Amino acid sequence: MKLQFPSYRLILEELGGLARFTGQFFRNWAAPRMEIQEFFRQCYMIGYRSVGLVAITGFILGLVMTIQSRPTMARFGAESWIPSMVAISIIREIGPVITALICAGKIGSGIGAELGSMKVTEQIDAMEVSGTNPFKYLVVTRVWATTLMVPVLVCCSDTIAIWGSYLAVNMKNETSLALFSQQVVDSLSFSDVLPAFIKTFFFGFAIGIVGCYKGYTSSKGTEGVGLAANSAVVMASLLVFVLDLLAAQVTDTLGLN
Amino acid sequence: MPLNMTNTPLEKVLEVRHLYKAFGDNAVLKDFSMDLYRRENVVVLGKSGSGKSVLIKCIIGLLRPDQGQINVLGKPVLDLTPAELDQLRVRVGFLFQSNALYDSMSVRENLEFPLRRHGRDKSREEVNTLVVEALTNVGLAHTVDMMPAELSGGMRKRIALARTLILKPEIMLYDEPTTGLDPITSREIVQLILKVQDIYNTSSIVISHDMSCVRQLANRVIMLVDGKCHADGPYESLMQNPDPIVQGFFH
Repeated sequence: MKLQFPSYRLILEELGGLARFTGQFFRNWAAPRMEIQEFFRQCYMIGYRSVGLVAITGFILGLVMTIQSRPTMARFGAESWIPSMVAISIIREIGPVITALICAGKIGSGIGAELGSMKVTEQIDAMEVSGTNPFKYLVVTRVWATTLMVPVLVCCSDTIAIWGSYLAVNMKNETSLALFSQQVVDSLSFSDVLPAFIKTFFFGFAIGIVGCYKGYTSSKGTEGVGLAANSAVVMASLLVFVLDLLAAQVTDTLGLN
Repeated sequence: MPLNMTNTPLEKVLEVRHLYKAFGDNAVLKDFSMDLYRRENVVVLGKSGSGKSVLIKCIIGLLRPDQGQINVLGKPVLDLTPAELDQLRVRVGFLFQSNALYDSMSVRENLEFPLRRHGRDKSREEVNTLVVEALTNVGLAHTVDMMPAELSGGMRKRIALARTLILKPEIMLYDEPTTGLDPITSREIVQLILKVQDIYNTSSIVISHDMSCVRQLANRVIMLVDGKCHADGPYESLMQNPDPIVQGFFH
């Protein structure tokens, strides 16, 4: 069986379309009539409704990381370093990336499917006929909401992951919460937390803009809705990794590692 | 030019001149022209894919034609700014083929949506009164707190019509209003369109290939064939037209 990869032309067209769509976002974001009510509704839908999933995955992440790393750390007599190692790994890299990937799956696909179905059922046209700028009402509000909510979700996930780690540490050795917290806080510096926090805004923006782009430009009827949801997840996940790579390069160049 | 009962010419509310629209190599409209007069119902008849829906989407400004002129209520649609186009759209209603009800909103919110956009000075009570009035006119006042997914196809069509009428438009554009409905519901929708025209004094362009709907609604029928106006006249005169293409639709 011959494997078929997308042609470079198709990839360039897709990137061009996304760049044009992003340009349209920046032209529209400050246009008159702020859709404040819709923005808060989206924050609720995107943020609050994802907390449960993000909390569970964060908790398991912290728990599993601690359990998996303990034997190796014990071999080197470095068990007392587990809280520091887990905190740095989670705060700097694993927490933001895993949470962003989960959000790409849940939020990106949700936005892609919702806007895609609105497009094929002419709801976006109906909005325009009703005197509403559908791009501003549907896209700008969702992109802002994901940009602001993904960092919040990452903070929740990181915090819960560290709680998970504390629980795992206590399965074998008894460690007081005060000591565990002290070790976590002492191991983290400004240069660990700030770059990791800043990159989550870019992750959120990428997830929102890709989901909206795929949904808003979908075609081919109901088949297009499924395609929009699917390709939104794939493209947003890929972008999360690309942005993470760029963030690592930037922090390295700035000497923040 | 049509005359009213006192032999004075009727006011022209819509004028389309030499309209061209192509999608890639596929030319859909080729030099299409038509007029619509006040309180007139014009049915645009044509095969699927002949450009009927494209025509009304050009009229409302959802699609931009490649060439031609469109004047709606004295305004040149193609020269208007987005703000002016929004103002014009208050006076022109559009009933979508798929109804286009917002799935995530209740019936009340669906009806309030255009009011919130265009009637921002209205109080909560005024908005509520308008919503109830529009729903009562389509016979579905009891569905106000239901979600679109809970409604039947015919009910959705009525709600979509109520949402369109809530701004009291002067011109209505109906995109295949009876497609996908059973004959009884289709007849009810046609009666509703006629009732609505009486209540709101609207002029209408109806896109259809349902001949029963055409017969009941049309003051005038325009046949869109090969992107052009192939025939234009009252239903009865087109019935007598010996042209084989026209006969193909009527018999």
